[in-house]
Amino acid sequence: MQFIHSEEQQMIRASARALLAGYDSARLRAAMRAPGGYDAQLWQQISGELGWCALAIPEDCGGAGLGWVELCLLQEEQGRRLLASPFFATAALGAAIIRAAPPNAQRSALLQQIAAGRLRLACALAGEDGRPPPEGTAVTLTVRQGSYVLTGTSDFVIHAEGAEWLLVLAHDADNAALSVAVVPVQTAGITVTARVMLDLTRPMARVTFDAVAVAPEQLLGEPGGAGGFVARGLDLARIALAAETVGGAEQILEMTTEYVKQRVQFGRPIGSFQALKHRLADMMVQVEAAKSAAWYAASVADEDGAQLAEAAAIAKSYCCDAFYDCAASAIQLHGGVGYTWEHDAHLYFKRARASATLLGSPAWQREQLLRALGLGEAAAPLF
Amino acid sequence: MKLGFTAAEERFRDEAAAWLEGQMSGPFRDLRGITSLSAMLERRMLWERALGAARFSCIGWPAEYGGRDATLAEQVIFAEEYARAGAPGRIGHMGIELAGPTILTFGTAAQKARFLPPIARGEEFWCQGYSEPNAGSDLANVRTRAVLSPGGKEWVLNGQKIWTSLAQFADWAFVLCRTEEGSRGHRGLTYLLVPMRQSGVTVRPIRQMTGEAEFNETFFVDARTAADNVVGAVGDGWRVAMGTLAFERGVSTLGQQMGFRNELDAIIAAARHNGLLGDPLIRQRLAHAHIGLKLMRYSALRMLSQAEAGRLSNEAYTYKIFWASWRKKLGELALDVLGPRGEIARAAPYEWDVLPGLFMGSRADTIYGGTNQIQRNIIAERALGLPKEPRGG
Repeated sequence: MQFIHSEEQQMIRASARALLAGYDSARLRAAMRAPGGYDAQLWQQISGELGWCALAIPEDCGGAGLGWVELCLLQEEQGRRLLASPFFATAALGAAIIRAAPPNAQRSALLQQIAAGRLRLACALAGEDGRPPPEGTAVTLTVRQGSYVLTGTSDFVIHAEGAEWLLVLAHDADNAALSVAVVPVQTAGITVTARVMLDLTRPMARVTFDAVAVAPEQLLGEPGGAGGFVARGLDLARIALAAETVGGAEQILEMTTEYVKQRVQFGRPIGSFQALKHRLADMMVQVEAAKSAAWYAASVADEDGAQLAEAAAIAKSYCCDAFYDCAASAIQLHGGVGYTWEHDAHLYFKRARASATLLGSPAWQREQLLRALGLGEAAAPLF
Repeated sequence: MKLGFTAAEERFRDEAAAWLEGQMSGPFRDLRGITSLSAMLERRMLWERALGAARFSCIGWPAEYGGRDATLAEQVIFAEEYARAGAPGRIGHMGIELAGPTILTFGTAAQKARFLPPIARGEEFWCQGYSEPNAGSDLANVRTRAVLSPGGKEWVLNGQKIWTSLAQFADWAFVLCRTEEGSRGHRGLTYLLVPMRQSGVTVRPIRQMTGEAEFNETFFVDARTAADNVVGAVGDGWRVAMGTLAFERGVSTLGQQMGFRNELDAIIAAARHNGLLGDPLIRQRLAHAHIGLKLMRYSALRMLSQAEAGRLSNEAYTYKIFWASWRKKLGELALDVLGPRGEIARAAPYEWDVLPGLFMGSRADTIYGGTNQIQRNIIAERALGLPKEPRGG
């Protein structure tokens, strides 16, 4: 029993933090305006020479063979800077689902491409109403003349613009069995339309599938047999997302702490007033609990499959709530300047809200948790 | 990171579980599931002795003082199995978790040899003499005085302590008192070990809002203790006392969480019985409660792992306010799940079942051991480095 990061893991964190130290507000804002909504140069660096995408991919698929604990450290450090990059979509969300799939040639080839940093992958999971996958899926996979056809619309697809491949979650005509197809974005019948979203740091798009032909070898796992591995992959992705929000929450706490030490009113730093100190203390209580939740869940991902659903639901719900509350407090404690476009507080606040929504809201996660614990079901559906 | 246990640790689990189950289904079956600190005290003193005889009382202590030199993992395992067996709350906890670790850290070899084994055997019980009527949150305002007798053989104490839990049956108290005439604040305080069974000590129970009288006022009128019953140096009592408060965040928290688990399970059972398990609002609150409890476990494992690695970090500051606030909400959830019948006493004069008892009892959690407001000051000033509160002269 050792619930603490090893020396090697701390070095991974330290080197990521050092790399991203120069990723300041100006670079973030430039990335937000760039094509595809990300910093292509930085993406080149982290996916190429630094091998971040290879970190948690098994060695027999060309990866470094480390675990989710290590990947989540990279997520935390990116979260601190609200890094706009396809890393989460490709190496955490996409790679997690692919990794969880039964081995086949398609799986190995995709993982090798991701590990080599040569592939940007987007995942079309949610339907038009945005209900969390897999229940909200609105793309259908049908058989036509011995081949498969994708039809329907997926929305809220992160980093779809500029992605080379799409991982598509689809149900059959009876809306029962789930399948996963991985197809090039350039396939005939696929249209990607960028959305303008609340969160400016993680772009999303609507993706339509108009009778898109899919070859059998483009399916992951058996047709209709994807439910199990998709659930596991989504839980891994939720844990990675939770880790990202922990980084964001910690960063915004540090920014706000520095601000209230500097800002003077009534002849004193405003951080000497109890009304503000207590609110900052509450932020720290949440940040520390969120770290415990995210770190524990990442360890479970590497060690204990039986606890995965529970740990993921706890981490995703708690960490997202914590980030949101911290970002909301940051705006309040910065006063007027915190409400300006120029200040970064709103970028954290919006990222916090969008991260909470992505892959199932905190309330939805809590409902899933009770179901996983065998405590029945609520009557009302949740987002 | 490594969450699992080794084969040797699992063998220890089997040994502990078998012993605990044997006790809880055998000689101590009347104590199974008891959480209140003031119920069946005589029987529970016997239970503490049984734990001591089996060397299961203070397993993390060195073997020479009655412990087992248990690793962190073994302590975690024992706390889990203790709760799984439904064994009662530890009435020896003031000695086991506060006095003992303080003496282990700051005491002399002679003090360790004298005081630790009787704690580990469940033969001597302790209480804490910190708070006074005018020294609550402002603990450094302690006024209880101790002076050396002519000839220097004994300390003579005069003053009043308050909120002294379990003082009515304690053999010893660890007392923070002022030994330097005219000193103020943190300076001039000394940490003394004082025998409770003497004519100079009077204990008067205080009835609390639950109707029970678990805590007391304790009066020292020319009370005496030997000159060498000082832990740390004379005048260095503040540092030693703060060390004790740090121990309140130790392994004991794991055992405490197991009691919380039983309370939450009782609420879930009540919700099922009352048909509220399908209510979306109640479900969300149940999930929050479950999550909070798990986070306490994760955080405790994290703090303990840090401590074992010789590192200390800031999360330790946040633990107390987290669990105390959590449990207060749990008490409110309990009454909402019970409905109006939760407000009917079990018996006269003012006897309550576990869940209404939790509702009332949890109001103390955010007060004792440093109020939530003091905790926030500590977090803000020590962990976040914000400017200190202005203090009166």
